Amino acid sequence: MKIAVCIKRAADMETRFKIAANGMSVDETGVKFDIADFDGFAVEAALQLKEREGAGDVTVISMGPDTVQETLRKALSMGADKAVQLKTDAVPADALAIARVLADELEGGGYDLMLFGRMAIDAANQSVGPMTAELLGVPCVSAASQLTIANGRGTARRELEGAADVLEFPLPAVVTIDEGIARPRLPSLKGIMAAKKKPLEVKPAQVGESRVKVTKMELPPERTGGRIVGEGPAAVPELVRLLQTEAKVL
Amino acid sequence: MTDFYGIDSALSEEERAVRDSVHRFVDERVLPIIGDCYVEGRFPRGLVPELASLGVFGANLPEEYGCAGLNNVSYGLIMQELERGDSGVRSFASVQGALVMYPIFAFGSDAQKRTYLPKMANGEIIGCFGLTEPDYGSNPAGMITMAREQSDGTWVLNGAKMWITNGSTAQVAVVWAKTNGDKDERSIRGFLVPTNSPGFTARDQKGKLSLRASDTSELVLQDVRVPADAILPKSGGLKSPLMCLTQARYGIAWGSVGAAMACYEEAASYACNRVMFGKPIGAFQLQQARLAEMLTEIVKGQLLTLHLGRLKDAGTMTPQQVSLAKRNNVSMATDVAREARRLLGANGILAEYASMRHMANLESVYTYEGTHDVHTLVLGQAITGLSAFQ
Repeated sequence: MKIAVCIKRAADMETRFKIAANGMSVDETGVKFDIADFDGFAVEAALQLKEREGAGDVTVISMGPDTVQETLRKALSMGADKAVQLKTDAVPADALAIARVLADELEGGGYDLMLFGRMAIDAANQSVGPMTAELLGVPCVSAASQLTIANGRGTARRELEGAADVLEFPLPAVVTIDEGIARPRLPSLKGIMAAKKKPLEVKPAQVGESRVKVTKMELPPERTGGRIVGEGPAAVPELVRLLQTEAKVL
Repeated sequence: MTDFYGIDSALSEEERAVRDSVHRFVDERVLPIIGDCYVEGRFPRGLVPELASLGVFGANLPEEYGCAGLNNVSYGLIMQELERGDSGVRSFASVQGALVMYPIFAFGSDAQKRTYLPKMANGEIIGCFGLTEPDYGSNPAGMITMAREQSDGTWVLNGAKMWITNGSTAQVAVVWAKTNGDKDERSIRGFLVPTNSPGFTARDQKGKLSLRASDTSELVLQDVRVPADAILPKSGGLKSPLMCLTQARYGIAWGSVGAAMACYEEAASYACNRVMFGKPIGAFQLQQARLAEMLTEIVKGQLLTLHLGRLKDAGTMTPQQVSLAKRNNVSMATDVAREARRLLGANGILAEYASMRHMANLESVYTYEGTHDVHTLVLGQAITGLSAFQ
């Protein structure tokens, strides 16, 4: 089985962010980058499918400047077989512009399965995977938390609010992966050394018009300290009143 | 992660990747259990297969023997991260890699390398290193363990070894013994002794108040017979075990920085959260001075080890340079651990926090692999050309 996993290089969410001077992006100084969280689950899902079948080929694809090569090599060190960088100066904010670049690469690649993270942890659009499926004209299942492949058909389970559904679909298909598949494995030290010898192809990519753009980025307001409104059961009515009238959460 | 000087930028992508993998392993697998292991006085043996599949054992030895083939800076970073967890866990990896796999690699026959190294890299065989004796610690040249060659070519070993990390856990012991009477240190050779050999016993050393999450044992060899091919053919003289110790010490210079980082990070976080007199204790000048001193010494230690690693990778590192780094960094880490413990107040004595565990561990690290004092004299000799030992 031939599997492609589209991954994004994103800031480690445990980093303390600063907004850059232009007010439209994150200041990357001192920020640690890694495979975006859900994309890591997608890589793990692909590797497990390959291991379960005992054969197959996992290609990781990422779009962006040369910094994404480190992210691709991380996926190679986890066990992916080869990597493709779709070289662009930057990743646009327009999910459709991204999907077009990815679909161009995936089209004709002969992939049985094309995996994405449920969403990129930084942009949180949840759109690139489904849009790519649409452009390719293949079925799409989003936010799968379990995935099995048998006899050319896939079965995916999705966790919904208080329920779950199970879907079946023919291959080739796009599946976006939610957490719950399995935690992404740690690259072993041998895997890190092996990654250096695996193929990483750099292809120039043309990004079309980006009709969505970021105009402003801001951090949430600093949290202020809590307030104690009283003690014991006597404080409950006042607490409820404040939650209704001041915090407006009830 | 403590990186005040942006030293990350001086590491290669591969070195950072290695460090990050081991860092995450320690966070997820070591830190949640190590406090309990320490209190209960047991080595977390369940970690061995996981450490093996991560590839930490003999990670700087070649791939043809099933090892990762990393450079020495990467190896150092592994030691730093493991000891950020616990000195006992780092000691296990140091002994397995630098004190058992390294001498087999450096002094062993092709058959010995092929038999032992892949199985030691994957954790199937655990090793220990028997050099120190009850009466010969800083002066290993005086050892009284003897190996006598028999008419059929086999060897019979007699003697006792003490303070042996992994001694009760190991399947194979590298035992250093004199082969030509009890005076001649040039006759010291290394032997690969299976620990199930008749006459070989290992006894856990009880009552340790340091390195409690580590197996430390006493070995007794009473007429232990090993085949002719148990000798490490290229070992010869005290220089051979000392070369192993240089490898292990190199890792200790890095490891101790990891322990210091763990203590500093715990103290810095505690100082910002613990409120006393209406403000975080980190707002008080006394604690700020403490943290500033700790951070300064850690940065110096980090720069020292990185340069030492670059020298080792260039093949120009000297044992005296390793002595300087081991001496400085372990002493620094013991000071940092103690100050961190004090900053934590009464909480600092609990196993729930790491600082006192590191503080107690580092007293062993200060003493083993060449005591702080012996390294002082090694440097004294390097400076003056005059030996204080003779």
